[in-house]
Amino acid sequence: MTADRVIRRTPLRRGVRRRALIGWLFVAPALLMYTVFVLQPLGLTIQYSLYRWNGVGPATWVGLSNYLTVLRDPDLVGSILNSFKLVLFFSIVPVSLALVTASVIHRVATGRLGGLTRTVLFLPQVIPLVAAGIIWGWLLSLPGLINQALTAVGLGGVTRAWLGDFDTALPAVGLIGIWVLLGFCTVLLLAGMTKIDPALYESARLDGANWLREFLSVTLPSLRYEIGVCLTVTVVAALAAFDIVYVSTGGGPGNSTAVPGIQIYILTFLERQVGLASALAVILMLLVLAVILPIQRLNREDRS
Amino acid sequence: MRRHIAVVGSALLVALLAGCAGAGSGGPQQGTSATTKPEAPTCGTDPVVLNAHFETGFDLPFKLSEEFTKQYPKVTWDIKQDQFQNLISATPRLLSGDNPPDLIRLPTMVSLVKDGLLKNLDGYAAGFGWDTWPAAQLAQNRVAADGTRGSGSLYAMGLNSSLTGVFYNKQLAAQVGMTQPPATLAEFDALLAAAKAKGTLPVMVWNASASGGGLAFPLQQLMAAYGPTQPINDWIFQKPGATIDTPSNRTAAEHLQRWIKAGYFPTDANAIQYTDANARFRGGEGLFMFNGDWENANYDKGMAGKVGFFLFPPKDAGASVAAMSSPLTYGIGAKAKNAGCAAFFFNWVATNEQARKINVAVGGSNPGGPASLAIPPAAAGSVTGETLAAGAKVAAANGAMDFIANSTGSIFAKGWTPELQKMVGNKQDAAGLLSTVQAEYKRELEQGS
Repeated sequence: MTADRVIRRTPLRRGVRRRALIGWLFVAPALLMYTVFVLQPLGLTIQYSLYRWNGVGPATWVGLSNYLTVLRDPDLVGSILNSFKLVLFFSIVPVSLALVTASVIHRVATGRLGGLTRTVLFLPQVIPLVAAGIIWGWLLSLPGLINQALTAVGLGGVTRAWLGDFDTALPAVGLIGIWVLLGFCTVLLLAGMTKIDPALYESARLDGANWLREFLSVTLPSLRYEIGVCLTVTVVAALAAFDIVYVSTGGGPGNSTAVPGIQIYILTFLERQVGLASALAVILMLLVLAVILPIQRLNREDRS
Repeated sequence: MRRHIAVVGSALLVALLAGCAGAGSGGPQQGTSATTKPEAPTCGTDPVVLNAHFETGFDLPFKLSEEFTKQYPKVTWDIKQDQFQNLISATPRLLSGDNPPDLIRLPTMVSLVKDGLLKNLDGYAAGFGWDTWPAAQLAQNRVAADGTRGSGSLYAMGLNSSLTGVFYNKQLAAQVGMTQPPATLAEFDALLAAAKAKGTLPVMVWNASASGGGLAFPLQQLMAAYGPTQPINDWIFQKPGATIDTPSNRTAAEHLQRWIKAGYFPTDANAIQYTDANARFRGGEGLFMFNGDWENANYDKGMAGKVGFFLFPPKDAGASVAAMSSPLTYGIGAKAKNAGCAAFFFNWVATNEQARKINVAVGGSNPGGPASLAIPPAAAGSVTGETLAAGAKVAAANGAMDFIANSTGSIFAKGWTPELQKMVGNKQDAAGLLSTVQAEYKRELEQGS
């Protein structure tokens, strides 16, 4: 009786186990990479944030005092505020503009022109951001092309060193962000638009909807998921910005474009305050999660 | 995407729970304490490969290493090079790693000494007789037991000694009627005003964050014109109680602010990078430029015969001159395999005739070394000849200062640069500039481990 049951059940259990093992084998490479390159550094960063450590010498346990130091330092808090200002330029503006651009391309330029426009808009994604930052630095400088163009059309009065002026440096960095992210959002939204059933537009038109009504009632709701992805990616790009800012302004003038990424760099490599830098990094990660999670939730509710 | 974040969330928890172990492994390694008996090592007769880290963009160490191998064929080089900014971030890891460099370009050194990462060179200094060289040459590379710089044990050597001052465009100078370099601050002011009146940019400068605030150069020169250099050096060397916020420095900062308000610097100074400023100066924009002799070769190439150099004038005629002058600092890893050979190289650079010639021709700076050795002549008509002559004047006046941007690891990035930029943007005054920088200095010293 017992033997019978064993004989009958073993192949089944072995099969399940084997399938599970195969599953793990498939997951293993990715899991290993994820553990080594994402989870372990994340854990180490949190660990370091609880110590005063210069990266080489002995470390002293300081509990949460690094976090208090970050929150009390006006320069560091100011950099967090700057990164939220960048959200406007890196996220809100590109996503809104991309919606307009994508619907125009979708309606008007379906053929070769559409493909060309898509390619041109997407190009910034292919160019290394450091190179882009340097070129934008030249364009936005006082003798640069943008000021030459402004002078040529009679707007010589507004010319300035856009990246060196306290009032315009952050918007100028934002402009670079728009340039980088607009194409990405446009292509993503355009892909979403091509998936919308043309019958929906047809019936909307039969009901007498104009293009605005169509856009609001058909296009926009159908694109919720894509918009969610765009917002997620661009908000992360804004809050975690480093490369564009580092190359174009380095955080200046004053601290007007300093973002947490820049401060983390300075703290780690110039001040050698690895603990403090890690605390700022953890706070930055929590902020990103705090902003991204609601967007994700909205996205999910919209879909259900 | 949502699942991804859930995973990160739980990982956070795991990491929080696991994050109880101590950070960092092991305490500071003890640096080799002052060697008991003087030694003057050689590179031996066996093949040696020197493990070196040089700074990208400067030919001098590369040319010196080539010449060294020519003279000592058994010694070859494994040279890695990187940008200075990257070297700053990588140096502690390189020195504490498995293959510590025999020779490495050093940014700042106090924290490296505290962590026991640099070899104490006192033994070599005694063995080679570096102690008998002019003391000022080595002072900046000494670190005392309490972590102040300027005295104590020797932890690095300079391949040469650079000098800063004022470069000028000879054509533009002739236009404003400058027949000889100004002898007093008032004369310098008059030249600035004359240039401005003629529509010539008086001073080209860089002040963008990525390059660091170049206005610190004229500021420090003004400080040295209005007051003695010793308190400035004390502040840079982190002597206890030192402050940069002194009455004479305030007068100097007010003077700088007057220059800014008078429009003596480019309006886009805050957006100008170091390389752009030099390119514009070479292209004829700007009567003066505050810079150092490391640019000699570029100026001689870009504006041959049209560039001159003078030391920043003192406030009163005949008073002693002062200039920022610092060694091109290289150190030896505490655990370096070929420390003796590296020390021999240092000695060779300063004393070998061919090496000294290369130093002047390629580096554009004073090679230093024993006072008895003559400085090799610079090419006729080159600006290097002028900077070498000026360096002798500074040495005679004992007017050498280190740079105020070198006092702490991030005083330049978090103190001088943003505050000088604010001064350009009319958002900071002289008193605020100095008190803010002093507060930042204090904060870093308190937080520094």
